[in-house]
Amino acid sequence: MYVAVKGGEAAIDNAHRLLAEARRGDTTVPELSVAQIREQMALLVDRVMTEGSLYDPNLAALALKQARGDVVEAVFLVRAYRTTLPRFGASVPLETGAMAVARRVSATFKDLPGGQVLGPTFDYTHRLIDFALAAEGEIETAAEAEPRADAAICPRVTDLLAQDGLIEASPPDEGAPVGDLTREPVDYPADRALRLQALARGDEGFVLGLAYSTQRGYGRTHPFVGEIRVGEVAVELVPEELGFAVPLGRMQLTECQMVNQFKGSGAAPPQFTRGYGLSFGQSERKAMAMALVDRALRAEELGEPVVSPAQDQEFVLAHCDSLQATGFVEHLKLPHYVDFQAELELVRRLRAEFEQRSEPVEMQEAAE
Amino acid sequence: MLAPGFADPVHDAQATFRAVMDALARPGLPRPLTPGLTPPAPLTPELAAVALTLADADTPVWLDAGLAASPAVAAYLRFHTGAPLTEDPAAAAFALISDPARCPPLNAFAPGTPAYPDTSTTLVLALDAITAGEGLCLTGPGIRGTTRVALAPLPEGFVAQLAGNRADFPLGVDLILTAPGRVAGLPRSTAVTEG
Amino acid sequence: MSGTHTVFPPPSAGEGTLRNRGGEGSDGAERSSPPHEDRALSGSRVPLLRDFVPAQPLLTQGPPSPIPSRARPTWDEQDANLGQARDRSGGGSAAEPSAPQSGYNFAYLDEGTKRMIRRAILKGIAVPGYQVPFASREMPMPYGWGTGGVQVTAAILGRADVLKVIDQGADDTTNAVSIRRFFAKTSGVATTTRTAEATVIQTRHRIPETPLTEGQTLVYQVPIPEPLRYLEPRETETRQLHALAEYGAMHVKLYEDISRHGHIATTYAYPVEVAGRYVMDPSPTPKFDNPKMDGCPALQLFGAGRERRIYAVPPYTRVRSLDFEDHPFRVQEFTHPCALCGAKGVYLDEVLLDDAGNRMFVCSDTDHCEGRRADGHVGTGEAI
Repeated sequence: MYVAVKGGEAAIDNAHRLLAEARRGDTTVPELSVAQIREQMALLVDRVMTEGSLYDPNLAALALKQARGDVVEAVFLVRAYRTTLPRFGASVPLETGAMAVARRVSATFKDLPGGQVLGPTFDYTHRLIDFALAAEGEIETAAEAEPRADAAICPRVTDLLAQDGLIEASPPDEGAPVGDLTREPVDYPADRALRLQALARGDEGFVLGLAYSTQRGYGRTHPFVGEIRVGEVAVELVPEELGFAVPLGRMQLTECQMVNQFKGSGAAPPQFTRGYGLSFGQSERKAMAMALVDRALRAEELGEPVVSPAQDQEFVLAHCDSLQATGFVEHLKLPHYVDFQAELELVRRLRAEFEQRSEPVEMQEAAE
Repeated sequence: MLAPGFADPVHDAQATFRAVMDALARPGLPRPLTPGLTPPAPLTPELAAVALTLADADTPVWLDAGLAASPAVAAYLRFHTGAPLTEDPAAAAFALISDPARCPPLNAFAPGTPAYPDTSTTLVLALDAITAGEGLCLTGPGIRGTTRVALAPLPEGFVAQLAGNRADFPLGVDLILTAPGRVAGLPRSTAVTEG
Repeated sequence: MSGTHTVFPPPSAGEGTLRNRGGEGSDGAERSSPPHEDRALSGSRVPLLRDFVPAQPLLTQGPPSPIPSRARPTWDEQDANLGQARDRSGGGSAAEPSAPQSGYNFAYLDEGTKRMIRRAILKGIAVPGYQVPFASREMPMPYGWGTGGVQVTAAILGRADVLKVIDQGADDTTNAVSIRRFFAKTSGVATTTRTAEATVIQTRHRIPETPLTEGQTLVYQVPIPEPLRYLEPRETETRQLHALAEYGAMHVKLYEDISRHGHIATTYAYPVEVAGRYVMDPSPTPKFDNPKMDGCPALQLFGAGRERRIYAVPPYTRVRSLDFEDHPFRVQEFTHPCALCGAKGVYLDEVLLDDAGNRMFVCSDTDHCEGRRADGHVGTGEAI
């Protein structure tokens, strides 16, 4: 005798216990501490903070530990926590021009005020697995270079170009309220600030792929890396009751300013245009990809035809979020018995009708 | 001394919301509403309860002349809801009306837009009496066949205004009607005729 | 910080609006010490916002926090609580109301978010079938798994409610269990599997067989709220089509099915016209359930979290499944009654019994089936 399937509750409890065991792995291997993840998986932590929209390295590290290293799952944990936090207000715009740079490279000028600072980068490593790391040895400390005389002054390349009017002006801060797509549903067309917020939170792989597509001709933007800078900036807030800015602390950021395809007309002289990327911590790939897609999404504003996926804001914004994407893709593993039964019934009926139609006429008559 | 808000902000707001939700889902059918508030006059406890439940910093509130004349009412609403007050009825998410006999014409308020008919004003009126089973004749979504409800006081020609409001569906304003101890709904989807 | 145990604060209900004015759910004032005070900070990586905890409430005054200011459990303690399943047996079970878990606002959402959702629900009721945009929150469960329904339920739920949660018609499917537990934990409301006892029923993919009654609210989880989405993927376009009541494309699509297959080939998420105006997606319920929506005495609310839409069908509202004069709307018919309870005219699950083609058809609505069996109805129990 068939008995209806039962036991969802017990199954969930057992699944949670198995998950906890699997997360810990072999208990003879020492457990990872949150601090170890934070310090030694720092770029992973940065990615979780960036896509999680929450600057908190400890929380991101803990989320990674809980998520068994699954980035999207860790982002999920951080986002679900973030949504419960009280909002104190919006900070004063960050002054990235005053960043204490740990790394700064420009692809547009060989040398410039503040200099090129290579900093900690994989760029020129040979990607050979370093088996010595498996032995957990001491690290070699980097030699301290004598700082350049102008090291403290590190103006943004785009500001230098703007002095001569060679690049479009950065839009002025008119004190408009800061939009937030986590607090209001996006109404298309979305303004650039909301698009940048979506891209910053967007899945690195998805944004990277879109950025790549613009380079291959799907919405080409003729980009040059004006500058990438990584370093710390101060964060300040103006509490309503004080009326002046108070420092909250410092945060590490990666900023990428792309210098793109110029525009001009009979009325206006040609100028380069901008694409902008910003991420928490050191996330250069993300900041660069974001800057490329930002510029592509400005196609309509700049009078360019919108023909490619990366230029289509509804396509990009509706699909760049890893949590929305993973939720809806993975929901397919939820039961769909009912819908499938509906389809099954229809397909069987259509097949029966098809076979009836295909039967030779005389056989049908004979059967009757 | 500012009058207090809900004794239990979470559950009193929930109870008020459910009464309002049921009222709008069943137009013309009064639901009990006993919020236990003592707001400054002419704000009634029922008007205050709806405002405290639904209004906040995101929802501009318009006050009728009687309410607007009372600084205590404005202070009470600002403190308990944080909602900005507006003098433009067409900019209001909620309009609180303590003197329904002098309610401005319905078309003075925001009707929403064809793409976003939800961006319309919700009027909250403090009536003297809502009596089910007699008076105006109501049909539409939420109503099984027809229902009747008597509302007092109403301005001259209000039924004709309601007919105009219904004719523009899906645009239009929605009415939350309160009276001592009760609330009824009259959404834009309801067709109203004289009984 | 090796060797020390880092204690993070539990998440708490945050203020719901960007323009913070203190107020319900805002716990900034309650924290007496920085939550990360015992953390060793490393060089440049300065955790920032979480450390900014004012000693006094910021900005303007607001109503008092509804969250009891008792000691908040650490995450570890909460994890321990998660493991404690409430003892609830399978069929026809009910759980009494209990004290909700501390540290969260009642039903999880903060009051500002509830207000925003409540406003959307009221507008949805006033314009039946119209999809109201709302600022869907990031819930602690995945998009596509019922976050919209969960937010609607959380916004309407009160202490006196009795909640039933079903998925595919069953109370015991894992996601239904998970959502029911979420509310039992965060609101403490009573839960039930009996349709007739429930005041609020959250559902995925089915409408119960037991007729719903006045005073009940059915909350649908909706993945794609836009009935025109597969005809026109752009939100900017579909919004205009709804504004103009331009639904010709939908009829064309259904008619193409007829010319190709001889039938309308849409079997679930079958589009309906509500109160003579808006065409609406009923969520992926089988079209078998569409007639139950028409003139239903219960209030029907629809929540789509990922797509950020809420819509509604008030009680006693005309819900017409789209069709054609020469091809009237028809629901699925099952040849056999339920093998367990013998019910006819209900929706059935097909269960495969072996690899020799033996199968059995049983009620999809488990509560309905159990109720009938308790009343002495018996099916053949035989495979087909």
